[in-house]
Amino acid sequence: MSEHGIEVTVNGHRHAARVEARTSLGEFLREGLGYTGTHLGCEHGVCGACTVMVDGAAVRSCLMLAVQVDGAQITTIEGLAEADGTLHPVQQALRDNFGLQCGFCTPGIAISLACVMQEEAGAGEGARENALVRAMSGHICRCTGYQGIRRAIRQLSGHQPAADEAEAVA
Amino acid sequence: MKPAPFDYVRPASVAEACRILAEAGGGATVIAGGQTLVPLLNLRMSQPFVVVDINGIDGLRGISRVEGGTRIGAGTRQADALADDTLARHLPVVVAALGHVGHYQTRTRGTVGGSIALGEPAAEMPAAAVALGALIEIASVRGTRQVPAREFYVGPYMTVLEPDELVTGILYPDWPEGHFMLFREVARRPGDFALVGLVGALAVERGAVSRAGIAWFGMGPTPIAANQAEDALVGTALAGIDVERVARLAVADAAPFDDHHASAEYRRTVGLRIFARTLRETLDIRSAA
Ligand code: FES
Ligand code: FES
Repeated sequence: MSEHGIEVTVNGHRHAARVEARTSLGEFLREGLGYTGTHLGCEHGVCGACTVMVDGAAVRSCLMLAVQVDGAQITTIEGLAEADGTLHPVQQALRDNFGLQCGFCTPGIAISLACVMQEEAGAGEGARENALVRAMSGHICRCTGYQGIRRAIRQLSGHQPAADEAEAVA
Repeated sequence: MKPAPFDYVRPASVAEACRILAEAGGGATVIAGGQTLVPLLNLRMSQPFVVVDINGIDGLRGISRVEGGTRIGAGTRQADALADDTLARHLPVVVAALGHVGHYQTRTRGTVGGSIALGEPAAEMPAAAVALGALIEIASVRGTRQVPAREFYVGPYMTVLEPDELVTGILYPDWPEGHFMLFREVARRPGDFALVGLVGALAVERGAVSRAGIAWFGMGPTPIAANQAEDALVGTALAGIDVERVARLAVADAAPFDDHHASAEYRRTVGLRIFARTLRETLDIRSAA
């Protein structure tokens, strides 16, 4: 059973640590560094709750070993908002549209959607909306019925909510 | 902490990786993207002594044009392959298939070689390799070898790969400019493994099929080449293709089974439909009926 020294940057902060080879990235973030905003659900890659950004890409933190992120830049849900507390557009959209209830799935969803927003920054409305919707196939939410999340995606894609939708939200 | 304890090594070259695999005598497991291996580790269904991380081997990544074809390095991320221009130009059907592999969040880590080496019978990449006539490039301390994808898969998750061997790349032969691609998958949700799927390519010359490569996934213990359908198509004029008959021949080569996702009968019925529809749409042949 090997142990390894690693150095990672999480939400702009550098951390050096020793990890057992079998420690997952998700467990390391939560137990080792105290970033408990990353939620571990299934721990076998199905639910998406554990999704974090590693070097700009959305990955399942339950399916990466901590030792594999040596030298990487990681963003967790704690690092998505700005320093002054201004929410990331994805967080704001989820909030505006009742896109979360218990919030267990939300950190992973917010990270995935934020990654897509970054990648599709130059894309047209329709393409961005498609990409956002497609990324949702990698997440399970047991509370919202997805409607609020779908509305948040519409907002992120630049749609004005239709009158009946605005009413439904209110 | 879920997995059983193991040692972790990160070789910097294929030679070093092969040496470690050889020394481990079957007790080592290769981690590429980890999108299948880590769930198995977490469930303790896999308990290797050594996990060999090949992500530090730069030479394993990348897509290149080679004599007569296109090579995908085994360590190429599925997301990178999906966005690759060379692949889109020369192997559009592989790109179409890649869009169905896992999810956005797993393609960022998952590799093409990992999917090929795993041999999940309902997965897209192995079937695409079988359909297109790809060669699997393999290395070990004993040297290198190339195995046709059609001989690589022997059962569910079983391949001819020896415990000390590493898949280093996949070589796809060129298909003529303007060839048709065939792809259709039926799954419960996007990103799920297919209940039934088919993938392939057809080349047409002077109004007749000149070359056909078609394979099923989710239709048996391995990806399955639709040999009889391929034979029936090659040499036939487009106008003379009996779509329903070819579809029946294709299903005759499949060996679907019952599981908790679907019955064998369901798979055969759906297979018949999607084969006929895909072929008809692709060739724009009007149904005789
Ligand atoms: S905890 Fe990682 S996908 Fe469920
Ligand atoms: S808000 Fe509870 S699981 Fe999604």
